[in-house]
Amino acid sequence: MSEQVIRITDGGVVLGGRPILRGIELTVNRGEVVAVLGANGSGKSTLVRAILGLTPLRRGSVQLFGAPADRFKGWRRIGFVPQRTTATAGVPASVWEVVASGRLAQLRPLQPMRRKDKDAVREAIDAVGLSDRAGDGCSTLSGGQQQRVLIARALAGRPDLLVLDEPTAGVDLASQDTFAEILRRLVDQGTTILLVAHEMGPLEPLISRTVVMRDGRIAYDGPPLESFRDVPHAHAHHPAEHRAHVDYSLDVRTPVDRAAHHADGDGGLR
Amino acid sequence: MSLLTYDFVQRALLAAFVTGLAAPAIGTYLVQRRQALMGDGLGHVALTGVAVGLWFSTSPVATAVVVAILASVLMELVRERGSTSGDVALALLFYGGIAGGVFITGLAGQSAATLNRFLFGSITTVDERDIWVTVALAVVVVLAAVGLAPRLFAIAHDPDFARVAGLRVRGYNLLVSVLAAVTVTVAMRTVGLLLVSALMVVPVATAQQLTRTFKQTLLVAMALGTAAAVSGVLVSANVDVAPGATIVLLALGGFALAWPVGMVLRRRRRVAEPFSDDALDLDLGLELGHDHTVVPEEHGHDHGPDCGHQAVPHGDHVDYVHDGHRHAPHGGHYDEH
Ligand SMILES: Nc1ncnc2c1ncn2[C@@H]1O[C@H](COP(=O)(O)OP(=O)(O)OP(=O)(O)O)[C@@H](O)[C@H]1O
Ligand SMILES: [Mg+2]
Repeated sequence: MSEQVIRITDGGVVLGGRPILRGIELTVNRGEVVAVLGANGSGKSTLVRAILGLTPLRRGSVQLFGAPADRFKGWRRIGFVPQRTTATAGVPASVWEVVASGRLAQLRPLQPMRRKDKDAVREAIDAVGLSDRAGDGCSTLSGGQQQRVLIARALAGRPDLLVLDEPTAGVDLASQDTFAEILRRLVDQGTTILLVAHEMGPLEPLISRTVVMRDGRIAYDGPPLESFRDVPHAHAHHPAEHRAHVDYSLDVRTPVDRAAHHADGDGGLR
Repeated sequence: MSLLTYDFVQRALLAAFVTGLAAPAIGTYLVQRRQALMGDGLGHVALTGVAVGLWFSTSPVATAVVVAILASVLMELVRERGSTSGDVALALLFYGGIAGGVFITGLAGQSAATLNRFLFGSITTVDERDIWVTVALAVVVVLAAVGLAPRLFAIAHDPDFARVAGLRVRGYNLLVSVLAAVTVTVAMRTVGLLLVSALMVVPVATAQQLTRTFKQTLLVAMALGTAAAVSGVLVSANVDVAPGATIVLLALGGFALAWPVGMVLRRRRRVAEPFSDDALDLDLGLELGHDHTVVPEEHGHDHGPDCGHQAVPHGDHVDYVHDGHRHAPHGGHYDEH
């Protein structure tokens, strides 16, 4: 039996009064490598953040490793590479320090780093090819190198589930190859990977499944695709007189639906 | 230095020592969170607390601690909500705090002159009990700031990542805010409420000029803060000047000295950097003449971010526009691209 690592049922997210995710059904099993594709603003990051509990769900539920997310305790099993933020913090921080924060889930408060923690940090920095820069300040690195630091930080926790939001954006091809190799090794060890990306590049052969987001819904979930434009055009278009569906909760409605309602009711407001 | 034998000078030195240690310790996290002015905001609010204490004829320090802690929690909750309104919320606290302070002091039948002791510090009037409270609070602040450094650092650096790592982000953020409030009220006696923010921020800014890692910054800032605070008291014990102002001016003097040093350090690092082995290693796989040629001209300088030639990112390296063509570093020479 394959263990369910991520399971999100009937997921709906509202941000700033606007429905961002609707009717999300997604299950990721142990050992899978799932690529999430989609246009800018289609809700990929929001999906990832909802899974990790960073964005609250308005509807539905998330399970991680079989446990409801709000009672989940195994955060040390998850490694996360957030979509890159340009802002560096106000105080200098070295590569080592940033990567070392990837070990905190393994340590109690006030507990100093053990030898195995240091080894894991060193190994992670090695893996992204930054060992000669370990003592340097992060702000002196290029954008792509900073991205590699974030990857190393996620690797340092030796996670069972890696969630990566556009990890290779701005990373050069050679480093992408290295990164693909790292992931390959992790996959061989049974690591589950959920990966948001615009271009598969060297990661392509690793992907076991593709999910395509479109306007906050899952538009495709199946065998790997090259690009989100390759989604088979399977859905039927509604005939013009067909009434628009309102197939989600009433407080999660798009302006389009609202307009449709008005149109049905009194014919006004278009 | 016969002055040092006086009790009040010894107490002043001890108070200066611990505040000099504690203020930059917590200030480092405020700077990292880009809240350098939070100390100042809390200082203004603490003034209202002082006035409340005067009104009820209880210890102004105790009421200041309570009011500042309440304000810090409020500020943290506002910050958590979103970033845009945080700035305005801070301004509201500033003005509300100082106006409330002056207003309530009037109600208490005290003159504004009474407030001066708290606005500008009165380190020489610190008594035995004040000292022990100050020392105890400062020890707590320093222990938390140093002991929890890896966690507090990670949370301030990337709260999302910290949350996914299972850290109690909100709890730790509240802790930092509350410790900042405590520090402000502790420093009230030494540098005063108006200048406390300086002791929290200036040593950190100075340390940043010289350091590359967070830990170094934290420790150097604490050392600098202590040095400024203690020497400020020593100076004012010998010359008739206000201790609080002297401490802050000394701290600023340190910054003025460190800044040019930092410029030189950064410049040196940058010059050493552009052709890091990183780019070259990748290039070495390609034999020369593969799809590029060596540039025969002499170079008076190494191309780098500072050389004045336009830099053009090109695949895995950077080309520099030179006399209308692009130069790419390769081993000891430049290729034409
Ligand atoms: N905090 C927020 N408040 C309101 N709307 C938001 C918020 N965050 C995101 N959105 C909206 O949610 C939608 C989806 O955003 P999301 O970041 O998930 O897109 P994405 O698919 O990751 O895009 P990209 O490829 O650019 O990373 C966007 O339309 C965005 O405007
Ligand atoms: Mg995104």
